[in-house]
Amino acid sequence: MHLWPAVLLACVLVGAGLYGVLARRNAVLVLIGLELLLNAANLLLVTFDAAYADRLHGGQVLTLFVVTVAAAEIGVALAVVLLLFRRRGDVDLLAADHLGEPNDVEASTDVRPLTDEAAR
Amino acid sequence: MTTRDVLFALLALLTGASAVLSVTSRQVVHAALWLVTALGALAGCYLVLGAEVVALVQVLVYVGAIVVLVLFALMLTRAPIGRSAEVDNPLLARVAAAVVAVVGAGLLATLLLAVVGGRTVVVDATGTDQARSAAQPLARSLFGSWVLPFELLSLLLLAALVAALVLSRAAGRSESSSSIDSLDVGRRPR
Repeated sequence: MHLWPAVLLACVLVGAGLYGVLARRNAVLVLIGLELLLNAANLLLVTFDAAYADRLHGGQVLTLFVVTVAAAEIGVALAVVLLLFRRRGDVDLLAADHLGEPNDVEASTDVRPLTDEAAR
Repeated sequence: MTTRDVLFALLALLTGASAVLSVTSRQVVHAALWLVTALGALAGCYLVLGAEVVALVQVLVYVGAIVVLVLFALMLTRAPIGRSAEVDNPLLARVAAAVVAVVGAGLLATLLLAVVGGRTVVVDATGTDQARSAAQPLARSLFGSWVLPFELLSLLLLAALVAALVLSRAAGRSESSSSIDSLDVGRRPR
């Protein structure tokens, strides 16, 4: 079989994944884009494993590893997203622009930025 | 043009279309379900490429576990049911994202198509008795040459499990003792 359809499909997946990561505002939907990017990498690994007929099957084994890493990543990422939701009430990435939210107003005005302290 | 070419083209069309739909759909649950379609069709692509074990793992882990986790997260974060404009960035950012995506995919396609060209590959027959012999060398190399990274991955999974547990517990406790507060950027410097 020809190899170019597989390579082209991987490029389409990369494009879709990039768009998903950059254009989405909901944190869970950003993760969907991330999964598509990982799958594009997997497809390329499998394709070139078939193309070069690697005796060690490096492409397929690495694909299995990437799938495992993706499972670990999505577990931790979704725990972080749920933590964000419990503390903020939404998972809007445009609104969640301040680490350590929610801060009470007093604390955020009371504490000077670290650069001021370093300058003294 | 062989049967494999036709099969792969059909599955690739399905995968690409549902991948694009899963990142453009305004309905969050539909996006997750389009992701199921994309990942399932991609497993079919792996099957056509002669990687049965990878296809099975793809179905088991991606479609079976990861998508279910994503759906759980969507429901736990009270995702809006029905069309919602709040899941996407403003129009300007979306146009910029589309430009970046098209340029990135185009660059990658140019490079890879130049590498691959009109190359063809003979994939071992599957679905016959030879299919059994396709998994055997993979298992030999996975538990032979690759056994050390394989064991390291189990450590990674354990670390991820502990991290997810700690993060989930931190959310349940009071704010003053949560682990996020210990990382608080607003903490008073000495």
